[in-house]
Amino acid sequence: MAYQFDFAPVLQHSDLLLTGAAFTLALTAVGAVLGIGLGIVGALCRAWKISPFDRLFGLYVEVIRNTPFLVQLFFIFFGLPSLGVKMTEWHAAVLAMVINLGAYSTEIIRAGIQATPRGQIEAASSLALTRLQTFRHVVLRPALTRVWPALVSQVIIVMLGSSVCSQIAAEELTFAANFIQSRNFRAFETYFVTTAMYFVMALLIRQLLMRLGQRFIVGRPR
Amino acid sequence: MFVQFTTWDIVRNLLEAGRWTLALSLIAFVLGGLVGLAILFARISKNRLLQALTKGYIEVFQGTPLLMQLFIVFFGLSLLGVDVSPWIAAAVGLTLFTSAYLAEIWRGCVESVPRGQWEASASLALSYTQQMRYVVLPQALRIAIAPTVGFSVQVVKGTAVTSIIGFAELTKTGSMLANATFQPFLVFGLVAAGYFILCYPLSLYAKSLERKFHVAR
Repeated sequence: MAYQFDFAPVLQHSDLLLTGAAFTLALTAVGAVLGIGLGIVGALCRAWKISPFDRLFGLYVEVIRNTPFLVQLFFIFFGLPSLGVKMTEWHAAVLAMVINLGAYSTEIIRAGIQATPRGQIEAASSLALTRLQTFRHVVLRPALTRVWPALVSQVIIVMLGSSVCSQIAAEELTFAANFIQSRNFRAFETYFVTTAMYFVMALLIRQLLMRLGQRFIVGRPR
Repeated sequence: MFVQFTTWDIVRNLLEAGRWTLALSLIAFVLGGLVGLAILFARISKNRLLQALTKGYIEVFQGTPLLMQLFIVFFGLSLLGVDVSPWIAAAVGLTLFTSAYLAEIWRGCVESVPRGQWEASASLALSYTQQMRYVVLPQALRIAIAPTVGFSVQVVKGTAVTSIIGFAELTKTGSMLANATFQPFLVFGLVAAGYFILCYPLSLYAKSLERKFHVAR
């Protein structure tokens, strides 16, 4: 007998799915802002060889990039409490996302910073710009412009990766999906709808971030 | 009865589970490479329909979480009447995931072969197949090696997600050991170390390949 697809039992729980999606987006937003911030600091230390932080960030980047996000999450949520660091599932999820994105964006932004032509920094200092001004206007902003598409892709990868946060009972979209399919036994339909939601969210985030980047980093064309 | 786990017991169990992580990574990488090659040829073919279909395939796999892909394969295959073990679902899901990413990476490599090479080979009256076989693919292959090795790290890390559909690889075994020993810090630290040992040499190798090919170009 052919299987009868029935999406009604899934759509009946659309409020749960939408709440879950909102939490996924919120997690991603906080994770992205803090993660990219951490990345900027890391990239600065790495590119300008600020000892000993350049070494430390180098080690951090390699450790994070060569271990799975799920294991990082478990280590933070289950492992750290034995050192007395206890946190809620949301804090653990955000922390894991920030640490993960921080490592990738350190490398991405560093590549952008290192592509700054020497002459531009010399030109900036001959115009009597302070070190901070030089960094902000001459180094960081053009660097972010160069690597923005790569950063956006990385934010989306982290958003999609956040689906494993359901495993520490953070009630985001995948958690909602797991809950719904345990109620209606329509596993395939539930995950199908959820996957479609992730897909749409990925598209929207890409559009939004590319526009924001154009507006605030690249600057409006004059 | 309670079983006492020594640190060596934990390490031994993790090493045994690590073999499954390694096996799954190899299978997904090899099969994913083969499927990816087929997707690549469809993606760069002159057939509009094939182009659109494979573009969609790549976008869907790159735009959705690996966990969802695994769930869909796991529950979808059983709807088709195939009796799936977590092992099969993990292998199929990860193969599809890998194929989409590799096809996209390789497409970039093929497209980075200068236009003039196509034109020159066309003016030498080579057929499309001959152009591919003798002119474009050998050059694309050279460019493709470093990013392909780099992506293998993502495949190894991706296998961790298969623990959620119940495949007893390194992460799943780690979770069970953490519950049994009440030593999550040690166990997940060791699990992370296990992945690092698998992935770091691949990362280093990818980086050295990248450097080598950049100098040569």
